[in-house]
Amino acid sequence: MLKELGRGLITTFKMLLESPVTIQYPEEKRPVRPRFRGRHVLKRYDNGLEKCIGCSLCAAACPADAIFVESAENTDEERYAPGERYASTYEINMLRCIFCGFCEDACPTEAIVLGANYELTFTNRRDAIYTKDSLLEAVPSPELLTPQKVEPGEYTRSIPEMEDPKL
Amino acid sequence: MTKQVTLTIDGIQIDVPDETLVVDAAKKAGIDIPVFCYHPKMEPVGMCRMCLVEIGRPMINRSTGQPVLNEDGQPTMQFMPKPETACTNLVSEGMVVLTQSESAKEAQKDIIEFLLTSHPLDCPICDKGGECPLQNLTMEHGPGKSRFLFDGKFKMEKQIRLGELIVLDRERCIICARCVRFQEEVAGQAVLAIDDRGRGSEIISVSEPGFDSVFSGNTTDICPVGALTTTDFRFGARPWELLSAASICGQCPVGCNITFNTRREAKSAGKVVIKRVMPRQNEQVNETWICDKGRFAYHYAKSKERLSKPLLRKDDKLKTTSWSSATKLVAEKLGEAGKDTIVLASGRLSNEDLFNLKSLADGLGGKAVLYTEMGGGDLVTQIGVGQGTNFSDMGQGDAIFVIASDLYEEAPIWWLRVKQAADRGAKLIVANSRETKLDKFANFVVRYSNGDEVKTVQDLGGTGKIAQAFSKADNAIVLFGSDGLGLEGSTHLATACANLLEETGHIGKANNGLIGVWPKANDQGAWELGFHPEPDLAAILKGKAVYIVGADPANDNPALAKALKKAKFVVVQDLFRTATAELADVILPAQTYTERDGTFTSGERRAQRFYAAVPGLGESKPDYAITSEIAEKLNIQLEGTSSVLVFEKLAASVKDFAGLSYAKLAEVTEQWPIVGRGDLYYGGSTYENTQGLGVQLVSASDRGETVSIPKVRNDAGLRPKKDELLAVPITKLYDRGTTVAPTEFLTERIGDVTIALHPEAAKKLGVEAGKRVKISFEDVEGEAVVKIDETISAGVALVPRSMGLAIREPVVIKVQ
Ligand code: SF4
Ligand code: SF4
Ligand code: SF4
Ligand code: SF4
Ligand code: FES
Repeated sequence: MLKELGRGLITTFKMLLESPVTIQYPEEKRPVRPRFRGRHVLKRYDNGLEKCIGCSLCAAACPADAIFVESAENTDEERYAPGERYASTYEINMLRCIFCGFCEDACPTEAIVLGANYELTFTNRRDAIYTKDSLLEAVPSPELLTPQKVEPGEYTRSIPEMEDPKL
Repeated sequence: MTKQVTLTIDGIQIDVPDETLVVDAAKKAGIDIPVFCYHPKMEPVGMCRMCLVEIGRPMINRSTGQPVLNEDGQPTMQFMPKPETACTNLVSEGMVVLTQSESAKEAQKDIIEFLLTSHPLDCPICDKGGECPLQNLTMEHGPGKSRFLFDGKFKMEKQIRLGELIVLDRERCIICARCVRFQEEVAGQAVLAIDDRGRGSEIISVSEPGFDSVFSGNTTDICPVGALTTTDFRFGARPWELLSAASICGQCPVGCNITFNTRREAKSAGKVVIKRVMPRQNEQVNETWICDKGRFAYHYAKSKERLSKPLLRKDDKLKTTSWSSATKLVAEKLGEAGKDTIVLASGRLSNEDLFNLKSLADGLGGKAVLYTEMGGGDLVTQIGVGQGTNFSDMGQGDAIFVIASDLYEEAPIWWLRVKQAADRGAKLIVANSRETKLDKFANFVVRYSNGDEVKTVQDLGGTGKIAQAFSKADNAIVLFGSDGLGLEGSTHLATACANLLEETGHIGKANNGLIGVWPKANDQGAWELGFHPEPDLAAILKGKAVYIVGADPANDNPALAKALKKAKFVVVQDLFRTATAELADVILPAQTYTERDGTFTSGERRAQRFYAAVPGLGESKPDYAITSEIAEKLNIQLEGTSSVLVFEKLAASVKDFAGLSYAKLAEVTEQWPIVGRGDLYYGGSTYENTQGLGVQLVSASDRGETVSIPKVRNDAGLRPKKDELLAVPITKLYDRGTTVAPTEFLTERIGDVTIALHPEAAKKLGVEAGKRVKISFEDVEGEAVVKIDETISAGVALVPRSMGLAIREPVVIKVQ
């Protein structure tokens, strides 16, 4: 009996000397894996234009029906995205989302990307619906904000050029 | 004579008439041969080569004329060395068609690969994506991989407005010419063309204004790619996100079958709204087409101006109130008035609404008045076109007589179908006081002076060449309208037409009878249910309790506005706060027909069901429900909980509706061509009809009963005296009515209010085309832009209805 007690205490004291496995969240955060699927981000091109063209394919792919997209037409006076179409409304209901990443797979322009952020909190159901404003990537400088006024005829294509097939 | 032939397609044996194309025969056998340029409603052209199949024909011994048999005793098959197009080859006896053979599949695959070499493949932003024949056929028959270099892709302009309504993407166009051929063959208006050649080919509009056709929207349905889109729906939603509800177009008496596509919309604060209108097949009514008014003018239903709460006048101000207090007051006042009640309703309402209104009026001993400026419906109820009437069955040996109606502007799909009947050989007689777009297709054009309408019809009963063409025809239909006529004139005209039909024996059978080209979708229904217009409405309103539903008399006629002020009590039930509503003591908000179920009776007396597409706005209620709520407080028992119950009661009490039920109206039979199933490439994106073809009412003449048609009074219509200018009303397709004007992008097509003058008259007045002039008549004063029309007589001016000038009947005007 004493022997068992002693063995247990040895383990205890050994552990006391080792560094802890827990971390002091939220002061300290653990890095996530490269393929981690956290909160979504809507990406922009370097020139600030939104990659999202409002095609709703993410919404079609979503198994949880968490995404709502409504689109409208770009003009050169008010350009949000290259090409003719952009998302005038883009919403993800984070209470429905199961972070499967299907939306990311479906996107033809790599606009929606599941990021590293896992700290999603809200105190009511309404706030769980993330709108386009909150999902869209920040811009480094304000003149890159959308909509932009651009030269006519510059951004006529919605989808980046494809590569030639490798023969 | 057609004879039946037997052929085998992919091992399936089928019997079809010998004039059938292989592609159609396959369709009948349940085999889908891929097509792009072929459309079952148009002549084949064999342009796209998508339909390549292997076709074998039995080898014939020339000396005996018998098939050569092989050693098994079977006919020897002769195949062409290369696949052939299924859309241009007619079937023949003993033919063998292979759609899945090695060489057929290879050919189909190559065509797809070739088409895609210059296709942008921007499906993610393409409105057709999801219901696109090219997408579907690529998935089914395409190689999956291309051997062509992307650098070599053809780049063309992506946003060309062919008109205000249709946008062309040249890059996506595969030059199947369906749009061009539709305009030429089906619509008879060659406003599109192919410019340039080879890979540089592009579709252009050759009309001014661009794409000048009221059928333009149909080209977006039959375009097998997303090259043609409507400005209205552009980027509105993806097809798979849309819900659909079957409905009937409420814009004119044709009663085209349509489908409302709906979706929740952020722009409308999350409400479910109509996103687009699509045709729904009904081969007896609209085939697979609709006109642009039906397709685009639906926006009024979601207008912000709609009434959503009942209003009550207190201290001379209209204040919102509750339903119970509003209907209580109405019931009280109508009850007090008793037989001094006038129910004034328009043909915009459904049969159910009108039936309840009529029952209420009857219950009170009051009067049910139809608000319209066109008469003669009581004759149409007796000798309307016979059961089984279908313009598509008319052709050689038949006659169609159109008088005092500009069908193109008033009922476009009838225009289209009448024109097609003429194409098939029916004798078309068009009589009008001016040139209309139908003249071009007519065998006989009769030009009369305004006021001579009745005489013109009577002449047709004579022995002239035109009269013979009409009376000797196997079948004959008369379409009469109110072009240049008011209530009185059109009533006389209808009587004359009815007499003509009776004398020539063209009643009581299919494809014979009278059709009224009414201003509203359900005017015919109102007549059927016992509503009649009142010749002098202003005179009877004084001191009465007036219940006005779906009509705006105060706006249309200053005299009526005055008269309404003298009425004892006015209750208005409408969608909008109209000029009449401003005079009301109580305003009751009604639902649009898109928000509830019901039925309309078309001009061809076909009762057809429409279904609720979107939820009702605010506190608004269906018209029939409001009426029954009022009636209940007056101890008159009406149905109000559901339109089905109202219809049951209606069918039990109106003779011509006997035996009808919602279930009957929802019946469908197989229609040809087969559209709207899995293969959108065949018939376009027109919806299949699974919700009911409707039923044509049986008229008294159908039943063989004797009909009583009054003899027409040889009444001389109003004619211009020397030095007078007689203005006559005409109807425009796009006007400023409440069901059109809220659609903003139609503004350009609606245009300015015009007055058309003969060049001589214009000269006399010292005005020229494009000038703005002041017009005055009776209590009305207004302005209009001068248009010159050489086809009218010098003493006559044409003024469009519902464009801001309150013209109802021929009237002498002053122009400055
Ligand atoms: S991660 Fe999955 S569940 Fe979440 S929005 Fe994307 S597709 Fe939908
Ligand atoms: S995020 Fe991508 S898939 Fe979703 S709407 Fe935008 S472009 Fe389309
Ligand atoms: S626009 Fe459409 S229908 Fe017209 S030719 Fe091009 S692909 Fe065919
Ligand atoms: S023809 Fe008449 S019923 Fe048909 S779509 Fe046009 S307006 Fe509507
Ligand atoms: S060639 Fe037959 S469908 Fe185009």
